Amino acid sequence: MVRRFLPLLLLLSFVGIAIWALTAEREEQVRSKLVGQPVPAFALEPAIEGKPGLSSADLAQSEGPRLVNIFASWCLPCKAEAPLLDALAGEGVPIDGIAVRDRPSDILAFLDEHGDPFERLGNDPRSEAMIALGASGVPETFIVDGRGVIRYHHQGPLMPADLPALRAAWEEAR
Amino acid sequence: MIAEFAHGALWLAAALCLMQLGLGVAALRGEQAISRAIRPIAAIQALLVVTAFAALIWLFWRTDLSVALVAANSHSAKPLLYKIAGAWGNHEGSMLLWLTVLTGSGALFAAFEKRLEARTMAASLAAQAAIGIGFFAFLLLSSNPFERLNPSAVEGKGLNPLLQDPGLAFHPPTLYLGYVGLSVAFSLAVGAMLTGSVGSALARAMRPWVLGSWIFLTAGILAGSYWAYYELGWGGYWFWDPVENASLMPWIAATALLHSVGVLAARNALKAWTMMLALIGFSMSMVGTFLVRSGILTSVHAFAVDPERGAFILFLLTFYIGAALLIFGWKIGHVRDSEPFEPVSREGALVANNLLLSVILALVFIGTLYPILAEAMGEQISVGPPYFNTVIGPLALILALLLFVGPKLRWRRGGPLFSPLGIAGLLLSAAMLVITFLLGWNLTILERLGLSIAPGLALASLAPLWGRNLLRTPAPITGMVVAHLGLAVLLAGMAAESGFTKERLVLARPGEQIEVGPWTMEFEGTRPVAGPNWTAVEAELRASRGSGPVLLKPQSRYFSSPPTQTSEAALATDWDGQLYAVIGQGSESEGWQLRLWWKPLVTLIWLGGFLVTLGGLIALIGRWWGEWRRRRRLAGSGYRERRAW
Repeated sequence: MVRRFLPLLLLLSFVGIAIWALTAEREEQVRSKLVGQPVPAFALEPAIEGKPGLSSADLAQSEGPRLVNIFASWCLPCKAEAPLLDALAGEGVPIDGIAVRDRPSDILAFLDEHGDPFERLGNDPRSEAMIALGASGVPETFIVDGRGVIRYHHQGPLMPADLPALRAAWEEAR
Repeated sequence: MIAEFAHGALWLAAALCLMQLGLGVAALRGEQAISRAIRPIAAIQALLVVTAFAALIWLFWRTDLSVALVAANSHSAKPLLYKIAGAWGNHEGSMLLWLTVLTGSGALFAAFEKRLEARTMAASLAAQAAIGIGFFAFLLLSSNPFERLNPSAVEGKGLNPLLQDPGLAFHPPTLYLGYVGLSVAFSLAVGAMLTGSVGSALARAMRPWVLGSWIFLTAGILAGSYWAYYELGWGGYWFWDPVENASLMPWIAATALLHSVGVLAARNALKAWTMMLALIGFSMSMVGTFLVRSGILTSVHAFAVDPERGAFILFLLTFYIGAALLIFGWKIGHVRDSEPFEPVSREGALVANNLLLSVILALVFIGTLYPILAEAMGEQISVGPPYFNTVIGPLALILALLLFVGPKLRWRRGGPLFSPLGIAGLLLSAAMLVITFLLGWNLTILERLGLSIAPGLALASLAPLWGRNLLRTPAPITGMVVAHLGLAVLLAGMAAESGFTKERLVLARPGEQIEVGPWTMEFEGTRPVAGPNWTAVEAELRASRGSGPVLLKPQSRYFSSPPTQTSEAALATDWDGQLYAVIGQGSESEGWQLRLWWKPLVTLIWLGGFLVTLGGLIALIGRWWGEWRRRRRLAGSGYRERRAW
C-alpha cells in the first residue's frame, strides 16, 4: 500500500527542496573549493629562457605569501590586468606566473609589451596545472601562503575594485 | 482595442474552461445528457485562445509600443521574423503559447477521439480542463501579456540578440507542442484511473498523442541543440545544462511511454507502469518549466527568470502532479495485468527498455537537481558533463545493445534470441572494435564502444524488415526501423565528434596560417559589416586541404538594443565533417582571437536526429492513414460507427 504512494513522497521531497531554493538566501559568489587547501602537486618547466619554472614545492617553501597568476598571451583580459600586476610587483609583492597553452615566443612578446611582473614562470601547455588548481579559464589569480596553502582565489581579470579584498587576504596570509 | 479584445477573449475562454471542468465532473457522476456540451465548449475555448495569441502576434508585428510587453521585448528596427517570434520570446507570450497549445490539443482530442468509452472521455476532458484553469489563472492574474503602457513607449527595448535567430524562432513552439501534447496523455491516464478502464482501448487513444508529442520534442530538442551549436559559439551541441536537461527529461519519459503504451495496446499488459509513465511525462514538462522559469538553477539558457512566477508554477505542479499521484496510489491497486509473458519476449525487451530509460531519467533528474540539494547542505557544487557522460553513456550503450535483439522478438514467448541480421550486426560491431584498436585510434572507452556498436546497430536495426515485402510493410514498423537506424547514425556522430574533434585557439594576425586537423586555414583579415540592427567584425578564413578552398566568415556582432555582443560561428560542411570557426576579441595590431574546430562526422548527429524524427512521423502518418482507411471501409459497407456520445 505504502509503495503505491511512493511517487507522491518523491514529489513532496522535490517540492520541499524547490521551496527552499526559492526562498533561502543563496550565495551569488562561487567559492573556490581549494581555498584553505594545500596547492595540488605540479611541476612546470620554465616557460621562457632565463626564468625558472614553477612547482608546488617552490610555493610550499617560500618566505611569506606569493601571488600566482594564471594567464596566456592569447588572452585579452590578461592584457587588461597586466598593469595592475606590474604595479603590485613594483610594491614588492612576489608574483609567479603560469602560462597556459602558450608558445615561448608569444610569451616573450607579451611580457615585452605589457611588462613582466613574474619571478618564476611555469609553462602549462596542456592546462594541467590550471585544472589542478581549480581554475576554469584565464586569467585567474591565487594567493598562496608560505606553507603552500591556497588562501585566496580570484576568477577573471583583476580590476582596481578587487584590490581591497586582495590586500585583506594578503595581510591575513602573512 | 485589439489588446483589450484579446484580453477579454482570454477571460471568456477561462470561464468556458471552468464550465468544461464542471460538466466533465457531472458527466463522470452519470449526468450523460449535459456532457454533450463538452466537445463544443472545448473547441470554442481553443478558438478564443488562438484568437488572443494571433492578436499578440499582430501587436508584435505592428510593434504597438502602447502594450507593455511589446515595448519591453521588441524594437521597431528588428527584422519581421523576429518581431513575430518576439511574441513568444518572453515569459508572458510563451505562457500564452503554452495555453494555446494546451487548449488546442484539448479541442483536437475532444473533436476527434470517438472510440473511447464515454465516462472515461468525460473524466479525461475534466482533467484537461483542470490543468487549463491553473494556467489561465497564472496567465491572467500574474502574467497578462496585454497590459497597456501609459504613456506608450517611444521605442522598444529589443529582444535578446541571442534569440534573434531562425532556429530559435521555431524551437520554443516546437518544444511546447511536445511538452503540452503530453498533457493529453496525462489527462487520459487520470481519466482512465478514475473510471477504472485502463486497457488496450485507452492505450490506442493515448498512442497518437504520445507519438505526436514525442516527434515534436525530438525535433524541438534537435533545433535547440543545433542553435546552441552555432549560435553560442562554444563548439558543442550538448552541455548538460539544466535547461537542456529540462527538455530532455520529458523526452526520455515520452520515449519510455511510447514503448510501453505499445505493449498496453497490443497485449493489455504493463497497465500500472504505463499510467505512471503517462503521469511522469507531463509532470516532467511542468518540472522543466519550473526549473527554467524560477531561476533556482544557474543556466546559460535562462531567459525569463522570476522567482515569484516560479512559485506560482511550483504551486500548480504540486497540485496537479500531487492530485494525479494520489489518484494513482488510490486506484491503481484495482488494475490487474491480464497477459503474463516470459522474460525473453518482446514484452520483456520493452520492459528492459523502460527500466533503462527510467534509470537514465532518474540520473538526469538527480544530476540536474544535485547542486540545489548540495547547497541546502551548505556546499557549492556544479554537476557537469563528466558526471552525465560517465553515468548516462554506459546505460545508453546497453540500451543500444538491447536494440540488436528486442525489435525482432515475439510477443509473450521469445523464440530465438538473435535474428540473422542481429548476429551479423553483432559480428560487425566486434570487427569494428578490433579495427579501432588496429588503427591505433586514441579513444576513451565510451567513444570506442560507441563507434563499434553504431555500425552493427545500423545493420541489426533493419532486422524487422527481413523477409518482408518492403512495399507491404506496415508503416509503424517502417517508422520504428527508420528511428532505430537514426539512433545508430546519431551514436556514430556523437562518438566521432567526441573522439576525433581537433581544436585550435590562436591569436592570429592577418596573413597567418593555422593548421586544424587536416585543414590549413589562411586568415585573410577582417572587415566591418552591418545588418539591420547590428554591426559586426567579420573575419575571412580560407580553408583548404588539397582540394579547392572553402571560405569561412565568422562574425562578432554588436547589437545596440539591448547592447549585447554575440558571436556568429561560421560553419563549412564537407562530406566527412564540419569546420567551425569563431572570432573573439582583438585588433588589427595585436591580432584576433580565433577558435577553430574540425569536427569529423559531426553531421551524422543531425542526420541521425532527423532520421529518428522521420521514423516517428512515418509511424504516426501510417497509423492515421490506416485508421482513415478502416473508417472508409466501414462507411462503404453501410455500417455506421456508433458515436460514443
